[in-house]
Parts: sequence; C-alpha cells; structure tokens
Amino acid sequence: MATVSSRNPVLYRRRVSRGAKHLMLIGFGLVMLYPLLWMISSSLKPEELIFREPGLLPSKITFDNYTEGWTALAHPFSYYLWNSAVITALSVVGNLVACSLAAYSFARLNFPLKKLWFALMLGTIMLPFHVVIVPQYIVFSQLDMINTIWPLILPKFLAHDSFFIFLMVQFIRTLPRELDEAASIDGAGYWRTFFRVILPLCTPALATTAIFTFIWTWNDFFSQLLYLNNPDNFTVPVALRTFLDSSGESSWGPMFAMSIIALGPIFGFFLAGQKYLIRGMATTGLK
Amino acid sequence: MVDSLSLKPEAAAPAHAPAVKRGRGRPQPPRGSLRSRREAWAAHLFLVPWFLGLFLITIGPIVASLYLSFTDYSLLDEAKWVGLDNYVTLFTEDPRFWTSLKVTTIYVVVSVPLQLGFALGLALLLDRGLRGLSFYRSIYYLPSLLGGSVAIAILWRKIFGADGLVNAVLAIFGIQGTSYVNNPDTALGTLILLHVWTFGAPMVIFLAGLRQIPGSYYEAASIDGAGTLQQFKSITLPLLTPIIFFNLVLEVIKSFQSFTQSFIVSNGTGGPTDSTLFYTLYLYTKGFKDYEMGYASALAWVLVIIIAGLTGVNFLASKYWVFYGDSK
Repeated sequence: MATVSSRNPVLYRRRVSRGAKHLMLIGFGLVMLYPLLWMISSSLKPEELIFREPGLLPSKITFDNYTEGWTALAHPFSYYLWNSAVITALSVVGNLVACSLAAYSFARLNFPLKKLWFALMLGTIMLPFHVVIVPQYIVFSQLDMINTIWPLILPKFLAHDSFFIFLMVQFIRTLPRELDEAASIDGAGYWRTFFRVILPLCTPALATTAIFTFIWTWNDFFSQLLYLNNPDNFTVPVALRTFLDSSGESSWGPMFAMSIIALGPIFGFFLAGQKYLIRGMATTGLK
Repeated sequence: MVDSLSLKPEAAAPAHAPAVKRGRGRPQPPRGSLRSRREAWAAHLFLVPWFLGLFLITIGPIVASLYLSFTDYSLLDEAKWVGLDNYVTLFTEDPRFWTSLKVTTIYVVVSVPLQLGFALGLALLLDRGLRGLSFYRSIYYLPSLLGGSVAIAILWRKIFGADGLVNAVLAIFGIQGTSYVNNPDTALGTLILLHVWTFGAPMVIFLAGLRQIPGSYYEAASIDGAGTLQQFKSITLPLLTPIIFFNLVLEVIKSFQSFTQSFIVSNGTGGPTDSTLFYTLYLYTKGFKDYEMGYASALAWVLVIIIAGLTGVNFLASKYWVFYGDSK
C-alpha cells in the first residue's frame, strides 16, 4: 500500500491529510469525552485518590463509592430511580397518546379555524415556560397536588409539549394520502384510519418522541425541584441535589458514583435510539 | 431547498396552508356538507386533550400571570392589586434584576456564537463521505443529551473546583490554580464552557443541512476553477444560512432560559456574589423561595418580552444575511 501511495504523490498527500483529519477528530472527541471518562474512573477510585490522579486509569479499583452512595440518603438510591422511572414512563405514554391524536387532526383533517389553532400550537413551542409556571404552581397547590406526580405528568397527557405535535405533523404529511382514501373506501372512519393506518406508519416519529420525552423528563430538574419537596417523592435529580447539599465539599466519590447511575439510562437510550434521535433533530430542523 | 423554517407561525401558516388545500388532488367536500361537518367533529375530538391543555395550562395561566404581575401575592393572602408597582420596583430599585439580566446576556452572547461556531466547524469537517462519520457524530452528540442534567452540573462543579480536575492537570505543570467556580471572575466562564460543550445538537442539524446541498454545485464550481475556500464562501455558507439562522433563534431562546447549571454550580444562590445569577434562577428565588408570586410573574413577563424581542430582532436581521434561494 505504501508503495502505491509513494508512487502517486497526489494520492499520498490525500491519504496523509485524511489521516491527520481523523487524528484531529479523535483527539477532539477525547477532549470532549474526557470529563465523562474521568467521572467514571473517579467513581471507582478511593476518595483520597480522586484529585491526586487526573489520569483515567485508577491505580486501585474499589466499588465502595457505589455502595456508600447507594445508601447515603434517607432512602436507598433504587427508591429515587423508581420514582423517576414512574414519572418518566407516564410522561412518555402521555406524550405519545396526546400528541399523536392532535397531530393526526392537524395533518389530515379539515376544520374551522384550523390555521389559527395551528399557529397557536407553533407559538406555544417558543413560549418560555416561566410565564405559565407561577399560575400553574398556584393551581396545583390549590388542588393539593404538590408532592404528587400529577403536576409533572398531567401536562403530558394534555399535549403540553407541542414540539412533538409539530414533529408528528411533519411526519404524517410525508405519508401518501391515498392510504387514507383507501381506508375510507374500505369503510374505515377517522378513528380506524388513525389507529390502523396512520399510527403504525408513524413508528419512527413515535420512537423519536418517546426517546426525547424520556431523556428530557429524566433530566428535568426545574419542575421536579418545584413540585417535589418531600424526600419520599424525590426523583433522581432532586435526590442528587440533596446529596450535594448535605455533603458539601466532601464525599465526591459516592456522588460521582450516583451521578453515573443517574446518567446510565440516558446513555442506554442514546445507544439504542441514536437513529431516531438524529433523524428527529434533522427533520424538525429542516422539513 | 431548505427554505421553510416553519417554526414561526406567520411563516408556517402560508407555507403549509396551500399544501393542505391542494391535498394531492383530493376533492374537498363543500362547506357545511354532512361530510365536512363530520370531519370537523372528528377533528375536534382528536384535539380534545390538546384543547384542554391549551386553555387550562397555557392560555389560562398566561392570562393569570399577567394579572398577577400587577399584584402583591404570597400564596397565603389574597392577591392585592398594586398596579405597575412590581415593574417600577424591578426597573428602578432592584439591582439583582439588572445583575441577573447582565449575567444572562453575557452568557447568551458569548456561549451561543461559540457553540454554533464549533457546531458548524465540526459539521464541515465531518461532511462529505468521511469514514466513521456516524461514530464521530455520536461522540460529539452525546454531551448535548447529558449537558442539562444535574449529574453533569455536579461533575462540572468538581472539574473546576479548588482541588478539581483542571487544577490537578495544571499541577503537573507546576501551576497552582484556585477554585474557578468560587471565583466571581471565572464562575460564569465555567457555565459558558458547559454550554459550548453541548454543541452536538446544532451540529447534527448542520450536518443534515449540508447534505441537502447538491453535489453538482461543487462540481460546477470546481470546473470553473473555484478553490475550496471559494466554494465554501460562495456555495456552502449562503445555502447554509437558513440553518444557521434556525439554530441561532433556537439556541438564544433556549440558553436565555437555562437554569439547572447555574442552580447546581452555585448551590442555588447564583453566587459567588451573584456572578452566576441566571435570570430564571432569580425568578425561581423570588417566586418559590420568597413566595413573591406577583413579583415573579412580573419577572416572567419581562422575560417573555425580552425573548420575543430577541427573536424579533433575529428575524428582522435575517433579511440581511439569510439566503433563501430563488423561491422567496
């Protein structure tokens, strides 16, 4: 191979420059990921070694940080993971149901004032949620729903995340209308058409919605901090924050260990659903 | 071409409406016919959850918060009408409001262009049939999924802490560093770095945009003798401006509302000496720590106006630099 390249200077130069490019990209990627890798390696080191060793390979491996972090708070960490999982799962279901119903209507059916409603829907994507958070909090507190999961999941069942309606509308528009017409000729009503024809074809858009909802809800801190004040209801982000609060500048090892556990599910979904994540970003950005 | 950004209602409605009407030759039932009435009825049924949400948790609260912003309300007592008092206090007697505005503005103005610069640069490097593209894309994209989490904010606090990673690395070179998160001069800088670190999301959008540019343009240009730089300046950049614009609008809105990072890194205080007091953190403190709900609502409305203003300026300015091809 080397002989071919050295005989052809253009090819050789191109190969060298391509190699340099890959080196640069890998180097930059390493710099990007270094903090994450360092956190993983630190979580496996004994406390006193974390800040003496900036390198990635621990000279001594221990799982003490994990066992210590797991039980450091009022409940074992699995308790908070479960709370987070419940809220996240219900949010995913809520978004899938409510947003797909609305999206089918916007993409396929005609009704009075449709343009106005559609414009309003798009407008709410851009709306800073802080403008509604104070009254929402007041209403939920008057309904005695603080410290329950309702303020966190009810908005999802009411299609509050209009971003996903938009995403699905864009997707349904790419499906041929002949399908609807065929279904209609076969005697299917709107509901059957939606459920039997459109919805199954929407799987990629539904997957994108599910994965994004999962990641955003799992990561969400503001509303969970706001609505969950009782340690019995804490989710992972709020629990981590309490951990940080109570231990101040100490016990970084256990804190890193629990942080890694908190990031684990996101990383898993990222690996499993990359295709949908990237496609979803690209379509909503460009379509 | 990629010309409809479709996120702005005014732009979206006319762009989509004809497509709906044309409907690939689908005959429209006449207005008021049984069929069209049945269709409208079904459409509204499908929209019931969304309508409920729109009125109960969006429009209702918007109106309520506008009203509350003119009152003194602490959740326990009745709301007391105070007219413009909250707004007057905000602008004339509240230095923390101005500080939070300044901190957030610096954060947005510095971090968004840096983030988009990295996103565009790497998208250009990754484009055009590079081997391992999807591998690199995944690596660079990962941080933007994790960046908003509490776990990463905790990590950040430790990286830039007194005995953190940065100082451990500096110590190898014999440099003794201080805590960067506890120093008012550098604390905001660490948060800006965190934002830049999440350049993967706009990069993915740039990559999708680059793929839309027909390769024949470049072939024609190179036949005409245009070099790489010339091609970038005359083809890639102009055709990419709509996407740069889209990313800019989105990231400005998003970063103006950042909360988690500053809350965790400063332990909920916005410190040291308010140097990381993000606007939303201040709003949270006023509304849900001090329970000054009326004042917090006024803060929220100022935020809406700022964001609407920034978005408006972005759209106005876009006329001068965004290229929409021949279609507009």
